[in-house]
This record gives sequence, C-alpha cells and structure tokens, in this order.
Amino acid sequence: MSTLEIRNLYVSVNTENGSVDILKGVDLTIKSGETHAIMGPNGSGKSTLAYSIAGHPKYTIVGGSVILDGADVLAMSVDERAKAGLFLAMQYPVEVPGVSVSNFLRTAATALRGEAPKLRTWVGEVKAAMEALNMDPIFASRNVNEGFSGGEKKRHEIMQLELLRPKIAILDETDSGLDVDALRIVSEGVNRAKESNNLGVVLITHYTRILKYIRPDFVHVFANGRIVEEGGADLADKLEAHGYADYVSK
Amino acid sequence: MSLLTTNYLTPTGREEAWRFTPLKRLRGLHDGQAVTGDRTTLNSLGTLASGVTFLREHLEPIAASDDVIVNRIRNLSPDVAHLSIAANTHVDKAIFLGRSAGALDSAEYSRVRISLGVHSVATVVLENTGDTVLAEDLEIYLATGASLKFISLQEFDSQSVYAARHHAVIDKDAEFKSITVTVGGDVVRILPTVEFIAPGGSVELLGVYFATTGQFFEHRMHIDHAVPKAKSRVNFKGALAGRDAHTVWIGDVLIRAVAEGTDTYELNRNLLLSDGARADSVPNLEIETGEIVGAGHASTTGRFDDEQLFYLMSRGITLDNARRLVVRGFFNEIVSEIGIDDIQNRIMSRIDSELERAGA
Repeated sequence: MSTLEIRNLYVSVNTENGSVDILKGVDLTIKSGETHAIMGPNGSGKSTLAYSIAGHPKYTIVGGSVILDGADVLAMSVDERAKAGLFLAMQYPVEVPGVSVSNFLRTAATALRGEAPKLRTWVGEVKAAMEALNMDPIFASRNVNEGFSGGEKKRHEIMQLELLRPKIAILDETDSGLDVDALRIVSEGVNRAKESNNLGVVLITHYTRILKYIRPDFVHVFANGRIVEEGGADLADKLEAHGYADYVSK
Repeated sequence: MSLLTTNYLTPTGREEAWRFTPLKRLRGLHDGQAVTGDRTTLNSLGTLASGVTFLREHLEPIAASDDVIVNRIRNLSPDVAHLSIAANTHVDKAIFLGRSAGALDSAEYSRVRISLGVHSVATVVLENTGDTVLAEDLEIYLATGASLKFISLQEFDSQSVYAARHHAVIDKDAEFKSITVTVGGDVVRILPTVEFIAPGGSVELLGVYFATTGQFFEHRMHIDHAVPKAKSRVNFKGALAGRDAHTVWIGDVLIRAVAEGTDTYELNRNLLLSDGARADSVPNLEIETGEIVGAGHASTTGRFDDEQLFYLMSRGITLDNARRLVVRGFFNEIVSEIGIDDIQNRIMSRIDSELERAGA
C-alpha cells in the first residue's frame, strides 16, 4: 500500500522573460488502487504538475512537498524517483537515436529491479506485453520513439508501465492523438497494470472519453495552477456538459 | 598548376589544408625533420584465401597528390605493401592487416596498396595500434564491378602521430564502403579521398571519432565526381570530451561539369560532452553542373540532449548510464555497419572507457 502526498506545491519555470509561477498551491493525495482524473483547460499547469513530480530540470520547486510513503520525493534525482515507484507516461515521449526498444527496456528493468532480469523469462515478458498492446514484434528492434507514430509512442509508454511495475503512475494526456481502437487498447493496458500491481493512477486529460475506459474514483478540476474543484466520476459528466468556463473565470 | 612547387613546400599553417592541424605536434612529418626509421610494420594476419596476395613490390602511385606528406612518403619509399584480390574472387572472411611494433623516436613512411580485380568482393580491416610515428600513403583501386568494404581502426596508444591519405580510385560500377574509426593517438590526420574514373560507381564513407583531453583528430574528405552517374554518401559522427580535445571534419565534394547524374550527400554530427573541447566541421560542396540527381550536406554540433537524459532517467536509469546509452546510441548507427561483432564490441567498450576516463 503506497501513498503519494502532494502538499501546497508551488512551481515556477524559467523563461526568456524571467521566472513564471505555474503551480500555485497544489494539494493531492493518491493511494494504491485509486484512480484520480485531473481535468482542466490548456495552460492550467497539469503537465507542469506531472513533470515536477518526475523531476524535470526545467521546473523549479518554489514551495511545498511531495512525499511517497514517507520519503521526500523532491530531494531525489530523477532516476531515484523512478526507483521509489513513480512513473510518468509522457505526452511527448523523446526519441533516443541508436538505442533499441529492447535494450532500453532491459536497461530500465535492470535499474528498477536491482538486477538484470533473467533473459529467458524477460524475452517472454516483453513479448507478452507487446502482444497485449497489439504491437508488432519488430517494434523491439526499432530505436526508442524514433519514427514512431503518435499511437505507437503511447503504446510504448503503457508497455513500460506494465513492464516496470511502478506504485504510482502519472499519465500525461495519454489519450491525446489516439483513435478509438488505440484508446481502448491503451486503456486496457492501464487497467491491467492497476489490477496486477494495485497501481495508483493520476490521469491527466482534457477529455472525458478516456474515463469511459478507465473509471476514475476521483475527478479534480485544475485551473490557474491549482485544484479548484473535486468530486466523483459524475463531476466529469458535468464538465463534459458545461466545459471549464466556470472555473477559468474564477 | 602549382603541383611542382607548392607540393614540396613546408606547410606553415596558413594553408587551407593545414589551418587546423597542430604542426608542432606532427613530430617533423610535415617539414622533413623526422628521423626516418628503418621499419615496415604492416602485416597481413592469418592465412590468405586463394586469389589473395600480400607482397612488397615497387609500384608507381595511381593518383597524384597535393599533400606534402604523401609526396615525401613517395620520395622515400619505392616499396609498396600490396594487398591484391584477383578478378572475380569473392573473399568471404574479412582480411586483416595489422601492425608490428612502431617507435616514437623515428618515423615510418609507409606506402600501401589495396587492389581489387574486376567483379571481386572483399572486406579489409586495417588495425592501427601501438605507439608510433607513421606517415601513410594508402591507395585503393577498385576495378570494374568490384566491391570493397574497408574498415580502418585507429586504436593507437596515446602518443602516436598518424598522418595518412586513404585514397580510393573507383572504376566503372564499383562499390566502395569505408568505415573509419579514430579513437586513439595524439594527432591523427586522415585524408579519406575518392576519385571516380568511370560512371556507375558508388561510395559510402562512414566514420566515428572520439577525442578526449588534448587529442587532435582530423578527417579531411575529398570526393571528386569527375564522371557522370556516380553516387557518394558521407556520414561521420564524433564525440569530444575534456580540455583541448579537438576534432576537425572537412567534407569537400566536387561535382565537375561532366558529372551529370551525380547523387551526393554528406553529413557530420558532433557531440560535445564537456567544456573546453572544440569541433570544427566544414562541409564544402562545389557544383559545376545543374544536371544532377541530388547534392546536399548537413553539419550539427551539440551537447547532450537534456530531454533524452530525462526520459531515460525517468525509467530508473542513472545519469552515468543514461549518458553511456546516449553516446553508444549516437555511435551505433555507424559502428553497427562494421558487421564484425568482435570489432564492434571492442570499439563500443573503448568508447565507454574513454567516456569514463573523461568523466563527462
């Protein structure tokens, strides 16, 4: 049982025009097995929240805390956060030329499990994960994210989620750019990870359509750098009908 | 032209061809001050397949050169170490040429010839190792329809000076692929040059280099499209780490007026892994006819991509391992073209240890 506690988090980003405050006091607690949807308009700071928790160097933590099972996440390096059990499925996964998917996955699994997975079982594990996401086996020999379509990138992120078995995962607009079939396949992957590892999920999205496949326990409305309203799954339906206008004007 | 006069003048460093080279570190190869050593270090390793010979012979050069060191070698050494592959011979296994011990207190002036008869096919690996002062005039001749993969590995020890021209003459429909790896030595200056003498030829010049503290590695290409319908590709990738690591890549491609249907593209990418290193990259495309298939070049020099490192680290991979993966990945595109596992693994671990030593 894991708990990720985000308390009064303030984050700024350095731009050409100086430092800009993005997050303005975020409070959020995620426990194993829970699914939290974070919804909000463009530019409200949802992605900044995701990247700050993962430790992207672009963001400066101005105040607040992020605690995972009693450990100070903000004091950890990026790789230490992953080893502590955090995972970020990125909206724009990065190309790594010359590094094959299979080499990358094995290096990551070795780092996270503390020892190299046994080759025989590992090959089977990867094969099963790829089949479950409807991915061509040739994928393993391609370079990480190089020449991948939008859908392939997202499947590759979810494949990592399944193979690397984090405690808490943040999915940053995993649904964007997916057609209906891909959305279903990717959502099933997230649900499998939830079931098999009792994963806690933070689902960042603009749209309610992914919530039909991954049912949220909580819905948080994000606007102007903080959470402005919270509710259950029914809050998403209300947002679908009325949009974010009420929250943005506040 | 000025072949007779300027070719024998001692370079001052103001000449275009010498403007990057640290002349003082050439141990007298450029100005004739080097003591001429009495050694011939090039050997063929293993048994030669049928149709393959390796002999020392008196041979006239195939092509003129305007390089002062090449001309000095030709004056001093009438002997040529000649690897010859007979017409229509397909050599399955790579032919290895290696070095016996060199020396730093005197210079070796070496002439080498690799010639492939019509429609012959071979892979030749030249392994340059040890500590030595070596000036080399290496000429490659590919007869009609011949195909050569030429892998030259500069894995010298830290004090070596190597100044060489690797010149390929490409006859009708011949295919030449070279992979130049430079990871060792104090000063390495290689002129990979190509001359098409009949239509239909195709060359691919690939290379990787990794310079660390104080090392100077120069690769100065010249491709002469002097006939119609030839194709050339150049792709060199380099990494630099540590103070005063310096690399130079020059890509001169000349498409003469008669060279209609030429197809050429050259690319150089450099990865600066620390402060205090310098990568010079100069593509030069001279086009005398518009009737071509394509001609282009690109050159980039950059640092580690923070986004790549972040992505890898967000999957639990440490910073050191993430850097190693990125550097290996960067070089992999070229190194994997060698196609000989032992060599590929050796080069990759050399790159790993250079990276570690540089602390980048």
